[in-house]
Amino acid sequence: MFPFISFEWVWDIGHIVFMGSLWYALSILGIGMTYCIIKAAIDTQKKDDTSHHH
Amino acid sequence: MDSAFIPEGVKRCPFSQFLAGLGVVGVVLAWGIYAMLLCWLKGLNQTNMNDSYGFALWIWADLAIIALGGGAFFSGFLKYIVGKDELKNIINFAVLIGFICYSSALLILAIDIGQPLRGWFIFWHANVHSMLTEVAFCLSCYFGVLTIEYIPLILENRKIDKIPFFHNLSHNMHEIMAVFASTGAFLSCFHQGSLGGVAGVLFGRPFAYREGLLVWPWTFFLFTWSAAAYGPCFTIFLTRLLEKITGKKLVKDNVIDLLAKISGWMIFTYIIAKIIDTWYWAAVTVHSKGQTLMDFYDDNMFYGLWILVAEIVVGGIFPALILLTKKGRNSEALLWTAVILACLGVCINRWVMVLQVMAAPVLPFEDWALYYPSWQEVATTILPVAYGIILVMISYRYLPIFPQEKELNPIESY
Repeated sequence: MFPFISFEWVWDIGHIVFMGSLWYALSILGIGMTYCIIKAAIDTQKKDDTSHHH
Repeated sequence: MDSAFIPEGVKRCPFSQFLAGLGVVGVVLAWGIYAMLLCWLKGLNQTNMNDSYGFALWIWADLAIIALGGGAFFSGFLKYIVGKDELKNIINFAVLIGFICYSSALLILAIDIGQPLRGWFIFWHANVHSMLTEVAFCLSCYFGVLTIEYIPLILENRKIDKIPFFHNLSHNMHEIMAVFASTGAFLSCFHQGSLGGVAGVLFGRPFAYREGLLVWPWTFFLFTWSAAAYGPCFTIFLTRLLEKITGKKLVKDNVIDLLAKISGWMIFTYIIAKIIDTWYWAAVTVHSKGQTLMDFYDDNMFYGLWILVAEIVVGGIFPALILLTKKGRNSEALLWTAVILACLGVCINRWVMVLQVMAAPVLPFEDWALYYPSWQEVATTILPVAYGIILVMISYRYLPIFPQEKELNPIESY
C-alpha cells in the first residue's frame, strides 16, 4: 500500500533528501497553521470569557 | 447591493457593472473549460502534440506564468527577510498574482498529464532522479504557501473580519508570515531552478545542454535568477494596468520605484550572466558536441537569430537600463516600456528553452520540427488568463488588496 514498503523502494540518499525535504516543508506549513488556528481559538475563547465577566 | 462587503473608505463600480464584467470574462472562461473537458474526456489527441513535441504550448505557458509569478516569492523575500518594509503596500497584490499564476500552472499541468486521476503518482511513486519531481514537490508546496498568504486577505474582508475567530486567525497568520514567506522563498528557488535544470541536463540536445555546478546545470541558477528579476516587473505591470482600468492611484510612487529599481539591478546582473552563459555555450559547449551556433538559428525564419536578440537585447538589456536610471523609472512611458519588454523577454526565454529545444534537429538527417497548437491548447492556455482576471476583479472589489488606496483616493463627503 505504501510506496516505501514496496519492493522497488530503497532508502538511498536520493529518497532521504527528496522525501525528507518534502515532509520538512509540509511540517513547517502544517505546524504553522495548526499553531495559528489553536491560538485563534484560545484568543477568541479568552475574549468571550472577558466579555461575559463584564 | 453588496456594499456591506466592500472595504470601508473605498469606492467601487455599481454591482450591475461588476456582474456584466464578470459575465464577459466568464464566456472566455467557459470556452477554456469546454476545451479542458474535451482534453480530459477524449484525451490528448485533442492537442497537436506529437513525438517531437512531448512538451508544447502548455509547458511554455506553465514556465512563463511561473516566472512571471516569481514576483510573489521575491517580494516576500525582500519584505520579510531583507526587511524592505515599504513593500508591504504591494505585497498583497504580489501574493494574489502569485496565487493566480501558481494555481494556473497546476491547472495546466492537470490538463497536460492527460490522466489527472493519476496525478498523485508523482508524490507517491516519486522518481528521485528527476528534476521534474523536485518541481512537482516544490510547486505544490509553494502553492500551499501562497494559499496560506492569501487566506488572511480573505479573512480581512469587512464582513468576515467581524467574526472574532477569523479576525484572530488572520492576526496570528500575519504574525508568523515571515516563517511561511521564508519557506516559500526556499521552495520557489528550488522549483524555479529545477525547471531550468530540466532543459540544462538534456545532454542529447546540445541547444539546451549546459555544464554546471555539481548536479545543477547553469540553467538551474539562471531560471531562479530570471524569475526573481522579471517577476516584480509583472507585478508592476499589473498594478499600473489596474490603475489605468480603475482610474485610481493604488500604490504610491516610492513603492513602485523601489521595486522597479531592485528589479532593474536583478535584470542587469542576470542579463550579464545570461550573455556569459550564451557566449560560453556558443564558443565551447556547442563545439564540443560537434555543432556550431548557426546550426540552431539557420534555415528557419521562425527561430532565426532575431529570437536571441529579442530575448537578450530587447527583453533584457533595454528594460534593465531603463529601470536602473531614476529618469527611466520616473517617466510613465519608459516604465511601461521597461516592464512590458521585461515580461516579453522572460516569456521568450521560456519559449526558447521549451519549444526551440524541441524544434532544433538533433541528428544530421533531421529537419526542424515545427508545431502549431490546436484550438483546444490555445483555449486552455487562455483559460488561466480569464480565471486570473475574475479572481483579481473579485479580490479588488471585496478585499483590502491595496492598503494605500484609501489614502490616495479620499472619498469626498457632501
